[in-house]
Amino acid sequence: MKHRAARPGTHVSADASAPGGPAALEAVPVRHRGRWVAALAVLLVAAMAARSMAVNPRFQWDVVGQYLFDRAILTGLERTLELTVIAMVIGVVLGVVLAVMRLSPNPVVAGGSWVYVWFFRGTPVLVQLLFWNFLSALYPRLSLGVPFGPTLVSGSATALITTWTAAILGLGLNEAAYMAEIVRAGILSVDEGQAEAAQALGLTRLQVLRHIVLPQAMRVIIPPTGNETISMLKTTSLVSVIGYAELLYAAQIIYSRTYQTIPLLIAAAIWYLVATSVLTVGQYHLERRFGRGSSRNQAATMVQRLRASFAGRNGRGAGATGSGGAGAGGVGGVGAARAEEHR
Amino acid sequence: MTVTGASAHGTAAVHARGVHKSFGRLHVLRGVDLEVEPSQVLCIIGPSGSGKSTFLRCINHLEKVDAGELSVHGELVGYEQRGSRLYELKDREVARKRTEIGMVFQRFNLFPHLTAQQNVMLAPVQVKGESKATAAERARTLLDRVGLADKADAYPNQLSGGQQQRVAIARALAMQPKLMLFDEPTSALDPELVGEVLDVMRDLAAEGMTMIVVTHEMGFAREAGDALVFMDAGVVVEAGAPRAVLANPRHERTKSFLSKVL
Repeated sequence: MKHRAARPGTHVSADASAPGGPAALEAVPVRHRGRWVAALAVLLVAAMAARSMAVNPRFQWDVVGQYLFDRAILTGLERTLELTVIAMVIGVVLGVVLAVMRLSPNPVVAGGSWVYVWFFRGTPVLVQLLFWNFLSALYPRLSLGVPFGPTLVSGSATALITTWTAAILGLGLNEAAYMAEIVRAGILSVDEGQAEAAQALGLTRLQVLRHIVLPQAMRVIIPPTGNETISMLKTTSLVSVIGYAELLYAAQIIYSRTYQTIPLLIAAAIWYLVATSVLTVGQYHLERRFGRGSSRNQAATMVQRLRASFAGRNGRGAGATGSGGAGAGGVGGVGAARAEEHR
Repeated sequence: MTVTGASAHGTAAVHARGVHKSFGRLHVLRGVDLEVEPSQVLCIIGPSGSGKSTFLRCINHLEKVDAGELSVHGELVGYEQRGSRLYELKDREVARKRTEIGMVFQRFNLFPHLTAQQNVMLAPVQVKGESKATAAERARTLLDRVGLADKADAYPNQLSGGQQQRVAIARALAMQPKLMLFDEPTSALDPELVGEVLDVMRDLAAEGMTMIVVTHEMGFAREAGDALVFMDAGVVVEAGAPRAVLANPRHERTKSFLSKVL
């Protein structure tokens, strides 16, 4: 039994949904000429860029290679990663506290959180970094003691605020303001009925937050937190202005001596790319883990989509036109296999 | 705020006199009077917006009563009387009182990140401090009782609406409440799934559980209910034996409501 499909776009799902049913429809797939032109244009631009990078001697790839594993550069990379981790930990912990404060019924507590976020999101992180670095100009001595009472510990601000502490404070406190909003959005995304059901069982507010609300808020909190981490990794390069020798500053120190500016910036950029790529892969897997049960079709990776696209082209050319989900690709694949059987 | 002295009705499971509740300018409850005896099954019917659900939520203090007297097993809900003054209860004390009142919601409100068994175990472990082994064993017994022994490890989104609601009932029973509140437990279910939930509720009623059921299931109210209350516009319009009220409503409003739903 063979039909000519009236609407070619619909035949694959009809086919795949009826295993062992009637023979598959056969139809000429729609040709997407515009897409082919666009794909060729992309390839052309990529080829031009690749050629330029290969033939322009000023890239000095040999110098890049020479410094890529330089001890100073690797130490810088290590410090960049350290800054990222510590600043994010401060950001997440303080962010959760600020988010919970913001949702407090007490207007002073909620208002305090609002002012914090307003200030730290409203001023550039670069200005905050410089500010922390020059804190000793504002408070020459820092002390710990009873408010408006006796002092317990005291020390010189210049000694306490090193470039490292300034970097950690600047990045961490700024990040907390962004994380506070992310966590708050996550908490608000959890259906009110969840908290009510937990309260009705006799859980206290804190128990409801810990056992019911926060675990469910994670699904909403994780993806932007991953973005924030990747963004933080790059933002740490701002710390170079206060003279902390992280990755970018390490490269700057070398090229200020050797004048090989471009190759060293490329070496630094390569390491930033490697680190963000690793984080991106990690984020992707975290999202899939926390997204379990929330959607039927999990987003496919780019590799899966390419594979699905080719599988579809060999068979029916329909996989590529699917909705971009792994499910659509799979259907295309099954359709192709079944088409072979029936011939 | 006018709240009269502590209840003299120590024996009543729920005792309400002139209960008022407003949401901003919306006056939802306008003096609800009601009495539920232990082991009684009371069904509340009425048009939407009549305040039935709000009243139910007042009973376990999910909503705060604005005026009137509301007590459960002789204790005021959400307040404590010392001398002639009323004191609002702390979060922890409210939570402790809620452990004696089970509640089942229209939209189930199972915790989606926990399995059926974990849903049932959560409160006994976290609130009563039971060991996980004891709680797990009881959870399985309760799931068996609602006919879902084989679904203990299923997550809520793998269960049908009727199954989810039965897990929700098991979850409420895990705290061994003296009183169960049902807020339109079958309204969100496909028609063919309503029966399985009502069966569980009938069993519970037969075992002598005190129940207040806000429902549109007149059949359930007639067969399983000991008393029926018709609410409209924030007050109890008519109360009595279910068969009598359903067959011979005395008030015009009850008549016109029943003529639409029966």
